[in-house]
Amino acid sequence: MTIRHHLSDDLLVSYAAGSLAEGWSLAVATHLALCPACRKRLALAEGIGGELLEATEVSPETDSSWEAMRRRIAQSPPRPVETPRGAPVARRYDGLPEPLRSYVGGDIETLRWRSLGRGASQIRIQTADTETQVRLLRIPAGKPVPEHSHGGRELTLVLSGSFADGKDLFARGDIEDADASLTHTPTATPGEDCICLAVTDAPLRFRSWFVRAIQPILGI
Amino acid sequence: MVEMRRPTENDAKPNMAALLVAVGARRDVDAFELLFRHFAPRVKAYMARLAGDSQAAEELMQETMIAVWNKADRFDPAKGAASTWIFTIARNLRVDAFRRDKRPEFDPNDPAFVPDDVAPADEIFEAQEVSVQLHQAMATLPDEQVALLKLAFFEDHTHSFIATSLNMPLGTVKSRLRLAFVKLRAALDRNGDVS
Ligand SMILES: [Zn+2]
Repeated sequence: MTIRHHLSDDLLVSYAAGSLAEGWSLAVATHLALCPACRKRLALAEGIGGELLEATEVSPETDSSWEAMRRRIAQSPPRPVETPRGAPVARRYDGLPEPLRSYVGGDIETLRWRSLGRGASQIRIQTADTETQVRLLRIPAGKPVPEHSHGGRELTLVLSGSFADGKDLFARGDIEDADASLTHTPTATPGEDCICLAVTDAPLRFRSWFVRAIQPILGI
Repeated sequence: MVEMRRPTENDAKPNMAALLVAVGARRDVDAFELLFRHFAPRVKAYMARLAGDSQAAEELMQETMIAVWNKADRFDPAKGAASTWIFTIARNLRVDAFRRDKRPEFDPNDPAFVPDDVAPADEIFEAQEVSVQLHQAMATLPDEQVALLKLAFFEDHTHSFIATSLNMPLGTVKSRLRLAFVKLRAALDRNGDVS
């Protein structure tokens, strides 16, 4: 597997800093599970965090603080015996990677899809942040991604099959990072359905109670 | 407000990685005291960015350092510097303490995880080299880029928030962060492969 479309620097830095919202982080962490190259870049970003911590100008720790810690470690129970990890399970498994699998509560075969019409379907994924909307999408082979007019940022991570967007092909592990200025028409490659994780800016809250009431029905 | 100084090559650095390995292997209290006296005030300053100068910052620092004591056997000097490892522990505790949402992580033991294809033999040497080079490369960054990195890493702010508070377009914040990141990566690339 050769990944061609990687995480942007700003996503990596925010994720390393711990300031990235959960929805975006889910796409980032799932790409990282599939991409050794970006894990190396993450290590660099975390190394920057370590260097900044190192470079913090401080006055020396007080003795009382160390005394409190010394008492605490004297009382800390013996370290639990590490359960041997054993050999890693057989590799080249091509289902949903963690952390995504736990978020959707199962693997591809067991998912309960909800139809979006025209053969496409989706599964909503719950997160505790208020700035993103997260879903798994299944696009029928050869068909365009439905309801594709978003007003903000959108991350699309391919998990199975592939899609083309203009000249670019996105296959398993590839991530597309689109903003509002990009008009694009991602289309699933013929021959196989495309399953991808789509994270977008949370939909705008409409002021009208009526629109708010039908929002869930329209799925916008 | 805690002032920060730029890392310089003159910093006398005791071998923090070796101390951490001693704590992991033998629960070496003397080694841990040296680590504590070095990192505890830094971690406390990091926590104080969100907790204020309060008891809460002290408590979160103590939580971080007890986690360092308890998990030191999982520190792998082949993966990076001691300061990086301690930063990630402090970061995770800070996310738990101050954010409503989670920070999902990949799981290296997951069967779908795609492992690195690096020969393990070179890794310890490489990781130590990289951390020295990163330290040197940070000292060559312009002040504005270091200031932006500090904001990005130490305050729990999105890049859009940073842009608004600095009265700067979001694109400028992103491109400056990107410039800093690219420059650091290039400095490491020149001296070995970190792509
Ligand atoms: Zn990547």
